[in-house]
Amino acid sequence: MNQAVHLPLLDEATPADPTSNIVAVRGITKYYGTDVHALENINLDFPTGQMTTLLGPSGCGKTTLLKIVAGLLEATSGEVFVKGKPVTGPGPERAFVFQDFALLPWATVTRNVAFGLELTGAPKKEREDIARSFIDKVGLAGFEEKYPHELSGGMRQRVGLARALAVDADVLLMDEPFSAVDEQNRRKFQEDLLRLLSVENKTVLFVTHSIEEAVYVSDQIVLLSPRPGRIHSIIRPELDRSESPDDIRRDKIYLDTVEEIWGNIRKYLE
Amino acid sequence: MNASPDSTNSAATALPGSSLEVSGFRVRLTGFQLRLISVIVFFTAWQIAGLIPISPAFPTFTATMASMFEMTFDGTMIAAYIETLKPLALGVGISATFGVAIGVSMGLYKGSRWLFEPIFVVLQASPVAALIPLITYAYGIGLTAKTIAVIILASPIIVLNTYKAVGNASPVLIQMCCSFQGTRLQQIWKVIIPNAAPVIFAGLRLGVAAGFIGVILAELLITPTGIGDIISYNRSIANYPHMYAAVLSIIVFSAVMVGLLEKAEVRYFRPEKKRGN
Repeated sequence: MNQAVHLPLLDEATPADPTSNIVAVRGITKYYGTDVHALENINLDFPTGQMTTLLGPSGCGKTTLLKIVAGLLEATSGEVFVKGKPVTGPGPERAFVFQDFALLPWATVTRNVAFGLELTGAPKKEREDIARSFIDKVGLAGFEEKYPHELSGGMRQRVGLARALAVDADVLLMDEPFSAVDEQNRRKFQEDLLRLLSVENKTVLFVTHSIEEAVYVSDQIVLLSPRPGRIHSIIRPELDRSESPDDIRRDKIYLDTVEEIWGNIRKYLE
Repeated sequence: MNASPDSTNSAATALPGSSLEVSGFRVRLTGFQLRLISVIVFFTAWQIAGLIPISPAFPTFTATMASMFEMTFDGTMIAAYIETLKPLALGVGISATFGVAIGVSMGLYKGSRWLFEPIFVVLQASPVAALIPLITYAYGIGLTAKTIAVIILASPIIVLNTYKAVGNASPVLIQMCCSFQGTRLQQIWKVIIPNAAPVIFAGLRLGVAAGFIGVILAELLITPTGIGDIISYNRSIANYPHMYAAVLSIIVFSAVMVGLLEKAEVRYFRPEKKRGN
């Protein structure tokens, strides 16, 4: 295979299949107030164990869609199903990674990572042990007793990621997790994230406005049109993940997919 | 993952303080030394002003301190503080407990805001000394009247600061708590209140300082007791060193209380500030 695959668009009547798609979005429309029309009839499937990226120009409703899936925002109409059950609010099978980290400034790295478990009432010893193992996995060993203001942007987001992993949710919802991280750390973090996710077996919904990032990390890319957000196309880059990060970034499919998506987004900007 | 624990520590290891350049020599001062110098300069200026004297009613620093020791050791000061502390402790205690509770409820619920906001905004804006005769009219000249004077001065700032702090709690942190299925109660206790703590404590510090104003006003305007009595009695007999000693002692006492409150805040609510950041 030498080019990315385009998937057919779904419609509202397509039945949700929880065995292969852990999250299904059907007919989601969102208005803010009466005049801001953020999303229009979004129908999407998120395959289990894969990383799906929502990509599009600013203001296309990517984050809105992610927060509706998270149960943090209510859709004006339509439904979201997680494991076949309709979403009515946040749930233990989903964990959110915030764009601006959302760490408690008064809590140490350990307590921040354990915060999701603290809310479920897990005993202190148990949740701190779990937190420490994830702090280690995201590469922050030695920083357990630091406070967020003592960490760099990239390190803070690693804390955010560890917190989401610690609650052992099946679905990770990541809202532009690297936008506040500098370019070099961003690449390193992307590579670490892919390595970590290949072990942890999570389904990831990833919002970004970086085309390169989307193509590099995703199994499936959902390209949204500007407001009101509609699905423009669904692309599967089908990259050979066994290659090294540098080879992937030089791969023809990678470069062609980036170019094709940029061609589509440029049309919206002109 | 190349980050090492040491890389973030370099800034913290530098000594806090500032440089002072004196004829080519650079002297590095710590925060404590700077404060000490500031205190010495102030007392020296006071001593000089007293020696001139800038007014016949202005004693020197040394005379004031002598009076302070005299009143401390003959028991006058201790007896006066016991008297003054009763309405002060009661008033500040009531204001802090109910003030924070009312402020939190105002930050969280519209109904509470509707009920309390006008009362405390009006109280804060009004010249409270003018209300003290009314308090005397309603509650007489005892402990109740003085306690109410303290509450009237201390509570508005505590309530309004708490209300603003809780009302402006970080929406991102609240959303984060929601996303991990925190209950409303957990949201309030584990996110909103700790997030609001710095501003709540700023209000408490101002409230305690206002409480001191309230208790002295009450002792000067209602019935002369405690420290207020020492001040007004010594003024009437022109014993200015005694009068200034009483004034200085209440200022120092108030400053120490406010400082202790700040320590308590960092200890229990803001451990991250302990590291000097």
